[in-house]
Amino acid sequence: MTVLAVVLVSIVLALPNVFGETAALQLSRKDRAAFAEASVQELEQLLERERIAYEDAYLDADGRLWIRFGDVERQIEARDLIAREYEGQFAIATTFAPRAPRWLTGLGLKPMSLGLDLRGGIYLVYEVDVEGAVAQLTQVLERDLRKVLRDARIPYDEVAAAGPAVRLIIKDPAQTSGAVDAVRKFDPQLAVRQGDLPGQVVVELTPDQIRQRQDFAIQQNITALNNRVNALGVAEPVIQRQGLNRIAVQLPGIQDAAEVVRVLGKVATLEFRLVDQANSPLEAKRTGRAPLGTRLYDDRQGNPVLLKREVIATGEQLIDATSTLSQGEPAVDVVLDGRGGEEMLRTTRENLGKPMAVVFIERERELVERDGRKVVIDRSSEEVISVATIRGIFSNRFQITGLTASEGQELARLLRAGALAAPLYIVEQRLIGPSLGRDNIERGFRALVIGMLITFVFMALYYRVFGLVADVILVTNVVLITALLSLFGAALTLPGIAGIVLTVGMAVDANILIYERIREEVRNGNSPWAAIHGGFEHALSAIIDANVTTLIAAVMLFAFGTGPIRGFAVVLFLGILTSLFTALMGSRALIQLVYGRRRRLERLAI
Amino acid sequence: MEIFRKTTRIRFMEQRRVWYAFSALIILGSIVLVAVRGLNFGIDFTGGIVIEAGYSRPADLEATRSALAAAGLGAAQVQRFGTANDVLVRLPPAEGRESLDLTNRATEAIRSVDPSVEIRRTEAIGPQVGRELAEKGATALLMTLLFIGLYVVMRFQWKFSVGATLAALHDPFVVVGFFSLTQMTFDLPVLSAILAVIGYSLNDTVVVFDRVRERLLSMRKATSIEVMNTAINETLSRTLMTSGTTSIVVVSLLVLGGEALTGFATALLVGIVVGTYSSIYVAGAAALDLGLSQRDLMPPEKKQEVDALP
Repeated sequence: MTVLAVVLVSIVLALPNVFGETAALQLSRKDRAAFAEASVQELEQLLERERIAYEDAYLDADGRLWIRFGDVERQIEARDLIAREYEGQFAIATTFAPRAPRWLTGLGLKPMSLGLDLRGGIYLVYEVDVEGAVAQLTQVLERDLRKVLRDARIPYDEVAAAGPAVRLIIKDPAQTSGAVDAVRKFDPQLAVRQGDLPGQVVVELTPDQIRQRQDFAIQQNITALNNRVNALGVAEPVIQRQGLNRIAVQLPGIQDAAEVVRVLGKVATLEFRLVDQANSPLEAKRTGRAPLGTRLYDDRQGNPVLLKREVIATGEQLIDATSTLSQGEPAVDVVLDGRGGEEMLRTTRENLGKPMAVVFIERERELVERDGRKVVIDRSSEEVISVATIRGIFSNRFQITGLTASEGQELARLLRAGALAAPLYIVEQRLIGPSLGRDNIERGFRALVIGMLITFVFMALYYRVFGLVADVILVTNVVLITALLSLFGAALTLPGIAGIVLTVGMAVDANILIYERIREEVRNGNSPWAAIHGGFEHALSAIIDANVTTLIAAVMLFAFGTGPIRGFAVVLFLGILTSLFTALMGSRALIQLVYGRRRRLERLAI
Repeated sequence: MEIFRKTTRIRFMEQRRVWYAFSALIILGSIVLVAVRGLNFGIDFTGGIVIEAGYSRPADLEATRSALAAAGLGAAQVQRFGTANDVLVRLPPAEGRESLDLTNRATEAIRSVDPSVEIRRTEAIGPQVGRELAEKGATALLMTLLFIGLYVVMRFQWKFSVGATLAALHDPFVVVGFFSLTQMTFDLPVLSAILAVIGYSLNDTVVVFDRVRERLLSMRKATSIEVMNTAINETLSRTLMTSGTTSIVVVSLLVLGGEALTGFATALLVGIVVGTYSSIYVAGAAALDLGLSQRDLMPPEKKQEVDALP
């Protein structure tokens, strides 16, 4: 009964894979907010008006809008149309969507996702310079410590960052302990001790602080990459941390590596500025001239904003930004370094009640040919991401409120992306063309089908009725693996397909062990039923022992492998579990079914 | 249909000295081969750049080579890949952005030969990443052997365990030797195939040992050699059947799976053949020569003894 239930559930889970995928567009709003149900109708009307045939349009759980098409030509037509009509409002990604009927996808059932080696795309691994990130932190600390000593009126000969520490030399050795106290008071977390030389004080970052900074550097780069990938129009990008200091980026369906590297390689920063209230931004936009001492910007909705020229603080001084709740309202906590805090204190004291803005600046370096020579030019885009009224006097820690929850998250994300970034290097780059991906699927699938067919015939000839039972078990096994892969959302890779093929070969093993045992029991003169029972019972320990060893190999592969190899490990692992289940439970149930009704069994067809 | 209508009575263990010599020879040969010829490591392990390009007609390797040389990439290796239309270009590793520039330059050079060429795949891997992968691979190999050895110790007696681990070590040696001999590319998929082979080979060994354990208890009067022979003979049909079906699917992968799986499938196929041999000749023989006897299984488990009697 259990067996039947498991198999039925698996068939349903595996079902979406039967339908395959169809061309689709995935729209997401540039500001990352969710689409309204009304936009679906709006786009449907647009497509109908322009007579572009589509299958259907719907919103997914993340508020992105999907439109499915019968063929790629319609998909491209529609993409160009929407890009024209809604210029710059959406990120449009050409992708594939499951063709399975809505009642299936509505149940949350999805086909297996395909790995990059099967669908084509770009795979990048970035290495984050975490040591550089720590060095940046000590440089900030160096500046802060100069200020601490100045404020405490302790003259110094030297304040210099060295590795994860800052060394101070105090002019008058008698003041050394005073300097130590001042530093401790400034940041109690720091490890402070007197050095060997007279007047020397060594201030070290704690291992915690170093780890925090490294994590922040990685997280910040992941955020920034997420940000920019959005601009590339990729459906289902995967960006994840890999090990201590690497970030792996998977971009399915993208082919232009140079473009990707350029867009992802942008450098972002921030500027905190006061809003100019004396002049009209609309007027400035109309005339195209900003009044003296101001600059004209656009906010994310495209409205003009006039800001004062003086910069209060920059992204280099931003230590952290997190979205949070303040008295039940969404807010963003911002932390600046000492220098930024000082400037902020001065500004807020003088400008209470006035609005302050944050400008997000992204620069990219581009190599272009000019008069036959290659020159590097810097291009930058600037936009205002926040305008908030100064409600109190604050220095290096403050909150931005009056946002919706999603706006808060978005602002914190952008602020972090604009903080001083640790440099990134590409250490691995793979590009798989779409045709290669298609070939890989086709070949892998063909190898699977042919291999299975030969095994089927072989088993049926060799073990007759029992062989046919084993064949049914094999098919069930493949269905189970497919179901599990679909359920876990594990990506299928070419080595993964190879793993399925291999599993088919090995899954027979458990059956063979049992059948050989049954034959032995029959030879030893046991009655058919006794032989069946004896066969299953005696084969059990061998089956378990034999499979555990392969299971260990699969776990090791998973632990040490990366990318497609993990796909192989996952399939191998799942395959062993399913083949154990099918051989021990399924096979027995099926044999009962075949022979169960005959009470007096003369001989077995084995 | 049955291969062996009756249980065979092949006296495997009597000739074990011959097979020891044979195995020793193969392993020594593999070591010498690897030492002398080395392995043709893929860029997974060395770092470097690989570009696979498909022309619409048979590729002109010379033209591709000279185009690459003209682009300042004289170090590029150009070879056919799979069909006559496809070429594979390999370049030594470079760091960071440079590797991207090199990839772009090489791609442009390949395009200049025939603009309709299709760039099917490019891979650029930094030398650091390659080194790390190689280290990880070696660790995975050692850990797999270690844990499987531990498992066998837990389930069986230590003499079995030594025999099984010897057999498991034997197989990767032979596969690596084979890759050195043929100079086929040794990359990440091949390494993972070797790990799978270790698991598979042990699978065979464990089934034989399982039977040995059973027979040691039921054939109290027999010598250890007789017991080992009986166990191997009794499981022979199963051993060959499983190897047979697994070989069928692996051959189908090798023939139909395309160039990307060639190394992987080859490693598996060689591994399965060797693994079958080693679990018959190496594992059992080693356990025997370590002095395996009934006493090693004391105290006997009562229930199993009764069940095993015909």
